[in-house]
Amino acid sequence: MAKSAAQGALARLITDGEAEILADWLRTFATGETRISEQEAKAQGKDLLHALGKAVADGNVADIGSPDYDEVRDLLTGFSRSRALQGFSPSETATFVFSLKQPLFERIRSTADVKTAADQLWAMSSLLDQLGMFTVEAFQKTRDELIMRQREEIEELSTPVVKLWEGIVALPLIGTLDSGRTQVVMQNLLETIVQTGAEIAILDITGVPTVDTLVAQHLLKTVSAARLMGADCIISGIRPQIAQTIVQLGVQLNVVSKATLADALALALKRTGRTVEKVNKSGRSDGALAAEMRG
Amino acid sequence: MDSIPILKIGSALLVTIQVDMHDQLATQLQEDLTTRIVEHHARGVLIDISALEIVDSFIGRMLANIASVSRLLDADTVVVGMRPEVAITLVELGLGLPGVKTALNAERGLALIGGVARDEAAAGDGDDD
Repeated sequence: MAKSAAQGALARLITDGEAEILADWLRTFATGETRISEQEAKAQGKDLLHALGKAVADGNVADIGSPDYDEVRDLLTGFSRSRALQGFSPSETATFVFSLKQPLFERIRSTADVKTAADQLWAMSSLLDQLGMFTVEAFQKTRDELIMRQREEIEELSTPVVKLWEGIVALPLIGTLDSGRTQVVMQNLLETIVQTGAEIAILDITGVPTVDTLVAQHLLKTVSAARLMGADCIISGIRPQIAQTIVQLGVQLNVVSKATLADALALALKRTGRTVEKVNKSGRSDGALAAEMRG
Repeated sequence: MDSIPILKIGSALLVTIQVDMHDQLATQLQEDLTTRIVEHHARGVLIDISALEIVDSFIGRMLANIASVSRLLDADTVVVGMRPEVAITLVELGLGLPGVKTALNAERGLALIGGVARDEAAAGDGDDD
């Protein structure tokens, strides 16, 4: 069959002319704008071409999913991964593979028979397209993993539990409360209650952009769970618009709530039997006044 | 068939659940507890579940039942020592135990019961049964 003959010829072409192709390829590559060192590109190109030569040795130039291409795929995955982490764009990464086209075209051009050349051209083109696609996919996958990991980190970071006083902890919530985050928040809060023996937990929702019925439900769940552990909850940081939304939605919060964290702390101190006094410069107390908070 | 011991501390009864609860044990505990509340004129019941790793809706309901029965007999129920995982599970099951008082540990639970007793004594509310 003409096609398989063309494929065999292409395979031979890659294996025989490996050194020349590599040199040409690197020249093409060097002219383009690149952020990796020439040496690194050379090493990568050499490895890849070598692996490709071995992969096509049996005449398989169509199916890159076959075991023949295991090594090529591994190399491409590793190299897309490192570029994705270095902040390369997908096209920059794919260009590395696609730039192999030109040197191969050069080789095919020297073939005398037009028909064979066309067949080879087609086989080579579709092979490189597949490899290019594979590279982009691997790149994308690495990026997705990166985003995933960052999201987890943000989740961890945005749910700190702060000890405000002996027996009083605060939980400044930042960002939208979905089911997944509520779980993390709850776990953090309950574990801190056990560790610190806190009696009062203040949930500060200043950083929560919107409160809908679902968020309210998540808040109430957290309050409920803290109560089961023997800690009272106070919700603070309810902004005016959010208060209106809550009422319009008909959500019953049934929890003590305060407008600001300061008010909540004052209430918590009062409940734990403490008062805050202002001391003047001579060091004498002006009398208990700060405990006289609204509420 | 083992039963769960009920200890008397002052005017409170202390129950520590350390084994897996099953139907029969729970029913027996409820019966024993009711008898003992009346017998000792207990003002509070402290249930320590710090050893329980798994709490299902059955145990949740049992706790709520004990609380209701105790309240009828004028005793407060305080559940103490609940583990975080257990608290989350109960909340996810929709069992917030609304009629039950809770405390972090047995010490605080006793203080809670003692505090309630003192408040009532101060209010001169001393009717005998």
